[in-house]
Amino acid sequence: MKILKLFLIIFFIFPVYSLKANNEILKNKITKNLRCLICQGQSVYDSDSEFANSLKIVVDSKIDEGLSEKQIYSYFHSKYGEWILYDPLFNKNTYFLWLLPLLIFFLGGTIIFKKINKKT
Amino acid sequence: MKNKLLPFSIVLIFITIFIIFYKGLQDTNIYTPEVKTNYEVPSVSVELFDSSEIVNTLEIFNTDKFYLVNIWSSWCVPCRQEHPILMDLIKNDNLKIVGINYKDTKKNAKKFLEALGNPYNKIIFDNEGTDAIEWGAYGVPESFLINKNKIIKKYIGPLSKESLKEIKLFIK
Repeated sequence: MKILKLFLIIFFIFPVYSLKANNEILKNKITKNLRCLICQGQSVYDSDSEFANSLKIVVDSKIDEGLSEKQIYSYFHSKYGEWILYDPLFNKNTYFLWLLPLLIFFLGGTIIFKKINKKT
Repeated sequence: MKNKLLPFSIVLIFITIFIIFYKGLQDTNIYTPEVKTNYEVPSVSVELFDSSEIVNTLEIFNTDKFYLVNIWSSWCVPCRQEHPILMDLIKNDNLKIVGINYKDTKKNAKKFLEALGNPYNKIIFDNEGTDAIEWGAYGVPESFLINKNKIIKKYIGPLSKESLKEIKLFIK
C-alpha cells in the first residue's frame, strides 16, 4: 500500500515539475528573441530593466494561458512592431532580406560549377 | 552572350548590395520608438487604484468624450515635470484623464497626488507594469489620447507645452 501511495505521488507530481521546467525553457527561448527596446543591444532575457522585467512577466502569463511561441511573438509584434523581434518575420518587407543570401549562394555555386566544368 | 551575362549580373548584385549598405549607413542607429496610432484601446482586466476593484478597460472608456491615458509613477522625475500640464488639461470638460500608476506603492502614489494635486478621473494600479505593456508603452511617463475607443495620438516622454496645445486643439 505504501509503495502504491509513493508511486501515485511521484506519478502526479513529476508531470507538474516537468511542465514547469518546459515552460521555463520556452520562456527563456522567447525572451532571448525579444529585443529590450529601451536598452542598448540587449535582449529581454539579458536585461534587468523595468521594461524587460514586465515583459518577462507577460511572457510567463501568456505561456500559462496556453499561447504558442508564434502567438506570443505576434502579440508583441502587434504591440511594438517588428523591431521587438530579433528574428524578423517572413513577410513582404523582409522577402529580400531572407532570399538574398540564398540568391548569392546559388549564384556563387553556379560560378564555381561552371569554372570546374570548364577545367575538366 | 553567356560570358557577358555573368559579369553583368555580378556587377548588378554588387551595386544592389552597395545601395542597401549605403542607405543603411545614412539611417540613424539610435532606436526611435514606433508611434503607432489609430488602433483600438486594449481590452484587459485591470485593478482600480482606489477601490481595488477589477474592471475591464472598455468599461472605463465608454463615452464619446476624449480620454487622456497617462502612465505615471511617484518615483519618476519627468512625471513631476509634466504634472502641471495635466492639472491644466483637467479644466477642459471634453477631456477625462485616466492614470496608470506604474510599478509604484499606493502609499507613495497618494503622497505624490496630495502634494501636486490629482488630475485623474480614474487611476489604474499597475503594480507589475504589465498593463503598460498592453498599451504598447516603453516606460514612464507616456500618454495616449483616446477618442471613440481608438488611440489617436501617443506621447512618449513628459508632456510639453506644445503637446498641451496640440491636445487642446484635438478636443476643441
